[in-house]
Amino acid sequence: MAVAEVIPRRRRRSRRRGSTTPYLLIAPAVLAMLGFLVYPMASVFYYSLQHYNVNKPWDNGFAGLDNFQRMLTADPLFWQSLGFTAKWVLVEVTLQLLLGLGLALIVNETFVGRAFARALVFSPWAVSGVLTTGIWVLLYNPTTGLSRYLADLGLMGYGAAPLANPDTVFGAAVLAELWRGVPFFAILLLADLQTIPRDLYEAASVDGASRIRRFVHVTLPHLKDAIILSTLLRAVWEFNNVDLLYTLTGGGPAHQTTTLPLYVAATAAQSHDFGYGAALTTAGFLVLTFFSVLYLRLSRFGART
Amino acid sequence: MTLTTTRPTTAPAPDRPAPARRRRHGQRVSRWQIYLPLGLYLLFTLVPFYWMVVFAVRPRGSSSLLPWPVTMENFQTVWDGLGFGIFFQNSLKVGVASLIATTVIALAGGYALARYDFRGRTAFLVAMLCTQFIPGAMMLIPLFEIFRTLELVNSLWSLVIAETVFQLPLSLILLSGFIRNIPLELEEAAWVDGCSRFRAFLVVVLPLLRPALVAVGSFAFIHSWNNFLFALMFVLQQDKYTIPVGLAFTIGEFSVDYGALAAGGVVAAVPVVLVFAVIQRYLVQGLSAGAVKG
Repeated sequence: MAVAEVIPRRRRRSRRRGSTTPYLLIAPAVLAMLGFLVYPMASVFYYSLQHYNVNKPWDNGFAGLDNFQRMLTADPLFWQSLGFTAKWVLVEVTLQLLLGLGLALIVNETFVGRAFARALVFSPWAVSGVLTTGIWVLLYNPTTGLSRYLADLGLMGYGAAPLANPDTVFGAAVLAELWRGVPFFAILLLADLQTIPRDLYEAASVDGASRIRRFVHVTLPHLKDAIILSTLLRAVWEFNNVDLLYTLTGGGPAHQTTTLPLYVAATAAQSHDFGYGAALTTAGFLVLTFFSVLYLRLSRFGART
Repeated sequence: MTLTTTRPTTAPAPDRPAPARRRRHGQRVSRWQIYLPLGLYLLFTLVPFYWMVVFAVRPRGSSSLLPWPVTMENFQTVWDGLGFGIFFQNSLKVGVASLIATTVIALAGGYALARYDFRGRTAFLVAMLCTQFIPGAMMLIPLFEIFRTLELVNSLWSLVIAETVFQLPLSLILLSGFIRNIPLELEEAAWVDGCSRFRAFLVVVLPLLRPALVAVGSFAFIHSWNNFLFALMFVLQQDKYTIPVGLAFTIGEFSVDYGALAAGGVVAAVPVVLVFAVIQRYLVQGLSAGAVKG
């Protein structure tokens, strides 16, 4: 998604500078985004400095940094949810990348039934977070789930409830999210694998490079930018992803699986403390921006190797 | 490791025997190296789908793991009793409206980006890319305030607007990439023949964009169909619920009726899985063509 990619390379002889046409063409997009993305974003920053609670309108007014002070010093749930968010994003993105890369390499080979196999393994990509929850609730439920049928076969005991057990709830949520998350990486990385010129492999083979060496020295460098970009997009997406955890665990048991956006959503929906919710949002936005920039810097995105 | 099996194994050149031999041994990926991991992964992908279908179609009280005999009882419960028939219509309306809005607005903006050089062009492009980092979940509060001011809370239009705005940037960038790949000469030929710029676009560019429009439109539809949080927050009246919200409330009551939960899941899955089946092959090709890559 580099900027250079979208800028036309060739001459623009038909394009008169100073024409109003392009502005008319982008106007709807600009207006929509100003009204419903930029303005709300700015109002989040504004509300974060206000006391604004629908349930306690008499307290509304300028708050200065009160909300932030409360967040940083008096709210253990903020730190807990931030820590869990980091753990969730790290585990999900790492596992999704590894499995997605493996899957992309496999379905990039030539074999009988490849087109069909691709369609099947990519299909959970189109499934929503709520539907993923619906499906995995059935699979995890002690009376309807896999464990019951395994217990019938004598392979394990009855009554395993992974979502209610504090020891297993994290793994259970991770697995469900992997199910629909891996295809994203597989699709993007497969698309990039198909752009690797064959000559590179030919040359590497002629030089006697083993398959592993070819993977390390030809495939991985070529995939580098795609991997950086897809992991970043996915990290942002997993950070913000509320649907699955909201419906699968509700952030529980005992707030164990509450991410920061989930905490924000709960603050907005249940306590109606919009001022404090805005402060949490601002914090989340700052954290996200900071780590995104840091990641792009450290990974030297776009640098030619 | 990739692509190598499609290459014919030619006879080694006599003067370079050693690398040639190694090449012959190193490049072939044996069948089981593909089918074993693929089979395991397919199992992981398909068992959950299968589980849902079995629970949706089997009769109450059955504990069979085969989807036979088939009953439509659960579907009747969710479609009529739980209101999924109405939720389905609502989701369809929002999905189609966001599809149209996203595609039309992105088409105009994408054409401007691809074909015009104008002041602020780069800034516009960078702004579009930056929006990818704006967290949708965290925009709930301010968006709710806006929709309350516009009196759009409890209106499906709030969902159409929110969906369109969040889908726009990526759709616009994708479409401008596709338009850029269409040679300008084709349009110029039409202008020479006396077509207006707009008419040349309709006659020459639009037909060539059909695959791109299918992809972008499908993205918009799938995202809109799947969106949960906006629908949960902006629409509070039950007759305006969309499928994911309806499904989430079924999950809340799953201990009562998991046959209904499974049937609701099938209703939610069928449209997107059908759309996906149509576009998935094109998805990889389109991304490969370089529209999204750096």
